[in-house]
Amino acid sequence: MSRNHEQIRTQVLAIVKRLAPEIDPARIIPDKPLRTQIDLDSMDWLNVLASIHEYMGVDIPERDYGKVVTLDGIVAYLAERLPE
Amino acid sequence: MRPLLIRKSPADSPSLAPGSAFSWPQVGHDLGLSANGHLNIAALAVDRHAHSARADRTAFRFLGADGNTRSVSYRELAELTDRFGNALTSLGVVRGDCIFVLCDRVCALYVAVLGALKVGAVVSPLFQSFGPEPIRNRIAQAAGKVLVTSSSLYQRRVASLRAELPSLEHVLLIDDSGAGGIADTLDLATLLRDAPNTPALVATAAEDPALLHFTSGTTGLPKGALHVHGAVLTHYASARSALDLRPDDVFWCTADPGWVTGTSYGIIAPLVLGATSIVDEADFDPLRWIHILESERVNVWYTAPTAIRLLMKAGPELFAGHRFPDLRFIASVGEALNPEAVCWGLEAFGRPIHDNWWQSETGGIMIANTAALDIKPGSMGRPLPGVVAHVVRHLEGEPVTLIETPDTVGELALETGWPSMFRGYLGQPARYRDCFAGKLYLTGDLVRRDADGYYWFVGRSDDVIKSSGHLIGAFEVESALMEHPAVAEAGVIGKPDVLAGEVIKAFVVVKHDIAADEDLRLELLAHARRRLGAAVAPKEIAFVPALPHTRSGKIMRRLLKAKELGLPEGDCSTLA
Repeated sequence: MSRNHEQIRTQVLAIVKRLAPEIDPARIIPDKPLRTQIDLDSMDWLNVLASIHEYMGVDIPERDYGKVVTLDGIVAYLAERLPE
Repeated sequence: MRPLLIRKSPADSPSLAPGSAFSWPQVGHDLGLSANGHLNIAALAVDRHAHSARADRTAFRFLGADGNTRSVSYRELAELTDRFGNALTSLGVVRGDCIFVLCDRVCALYVAVLGALKVGAVVSPLFQSFGPEPIRNRIAQAAGKVLVTSSSLYQRRVASLRAELPSLEHVLLIDDSGAGGIADTLDLATLLRDAPNTPALVATAAEDPALLHFTSGTTGLPKGALHVHGAVLTHYASARSALDLRPDDVFWCTADPGWVTGTSYGIIAPLVLGATSIVDEADFDPLRWIHILESERVNVWYTAPTAIRLLMKAGPELFAGHRFPDLRFIASVGEALNPEAVCWGLEAFGRPIHDNWWQSETGGIMIANTAALDIKPGSMGRPLPGVVAHVVRHLEGEPVTLIETPDTVGELALETGWPSMFRGYLGQPARYRDCFAGKLYLTGDLVRRDADGYYWFVGRSDDVIKSSGHLIGAFEVESALMEHPAVAEAGVIGKPDVLAGEVIKAFVVVKHDIAADEDLRLELLAHARRRLGAAVAPKEIAFVPALPHTRSGKIMRRLLKAKELGLPEGDCSTLA
């Protein structure tokens, strides 16, 4: 994993943790759907996406929701759209 | 421009026989009820078709989150539910025992609900986003004997509660694969394999208890609204009248069975009709949903305002290249659907969206925009056949009186006698009695009725919060917050939200000498989410120096809400 990926992962987890502070990031399996592992309802999930937009400057449109199901998916999606 | 009236033509409802008189006994006759008084929801929903020429028709089509699909015919469903019912019997479950289900929308959940109904057990579905406290409270109230769940949910939410739930004799795991790795649980697959597939049905009657749906009130803990097997008459009749559902249809109810819509219309009603039900195991995903509507050739779609608003937000480009020639009827429930959303259906699908109204206590749809009825966007429609509604003046200490003048706001009341009316709040007879005035059930919802007989939702007559279509009681949330050692007092309101209707916001007063800082805010948020789960925990927490109280010491939640909205605090009348 590149340094860029590692930074993105840390940022995403910080965003999730601010909205759902009870989670333990170490227990997240990165290639399994995120929302089935941690307790995020649909409003939490929209807030995660809004925060990614706000803090990382990447808008994830509805048509791409299928690409950001797992933590790995989110990181890869953002890595493609963020400067190296 | 948005129309004020969406006109319907006879072509919109060709299935309706003109002038056919409605009566509940006639509905029973249509369902082939026998004269001996025996009536069982699962027998009508499953066995009746399994022993007919429609036995091989698909009852459920499960769409896995991983892309796999599984179709289950009525014949297979009858065998699976017989096995499940017999497995329950072998575990010592008898009529009237309460069975809870808590899992994803997978086949095992549907088999468990219907199999338990077959043997006369009372079924109570729980929502997956409930945390340990709502789960413990509900199972304890109903003295639940069996819980059907997944190993992941069991370990995260239930295992630590077992000692507090002495009534809970058996936990059946849907995904243990015979491993037996988790203490004090049983593997459902093994139980089903070992259980006989002989008929499990017991001879229940119309007034025997069948379903228990927990709902929230202004005060106290959630109330368990008890429903009987006879409710199936409403499920059947309303699916035809309010949803225009027909036996050859593919039907998709997007509600989770953890909520009453997902049970009455996600499990029971389409099966009783003999239709095919789509079950999507994945979370909401706009493109996935469009794909399902199109490729599964859904004819009737029953969904919710929050989902509709999210699809609207996604924009028309999401629909580009998709066609929905099979989609005949779209309905919505959960909260009043805004007129823009009703009309958006015309643009996106070429069909308007039909709002309807009911609640846990009514067991089924009561007031609806039907296929034949011209739509006034923003209205919940008119009472269904067999339902008699009134607008009443209901003031503390005064007799309840009918309001006949059109467009006058009052409480929505229903004449008792429809089959799916709840028969009690579990263990709370006084609260049940308080819901009635003579022959009228008082719904707690404020409405007005226009001169054409259309009903319009105005608000709640109490402080109950409605978030994403689900009722949440402020008391349950406040109690959990106050268990935290730093909290002196908490007041909880529904804060208006464009997508969810309302989101839960908590105002917290901390104890003397405690620093109300960001660390504590996150700690309280984590505490509430751990206890209550994402669906019930607050989305926002704000610290305040004090909360407003009535003279009797009750928190004035309406005043908190007025402050939040920047309204004049003296006049809270608009907050109803």
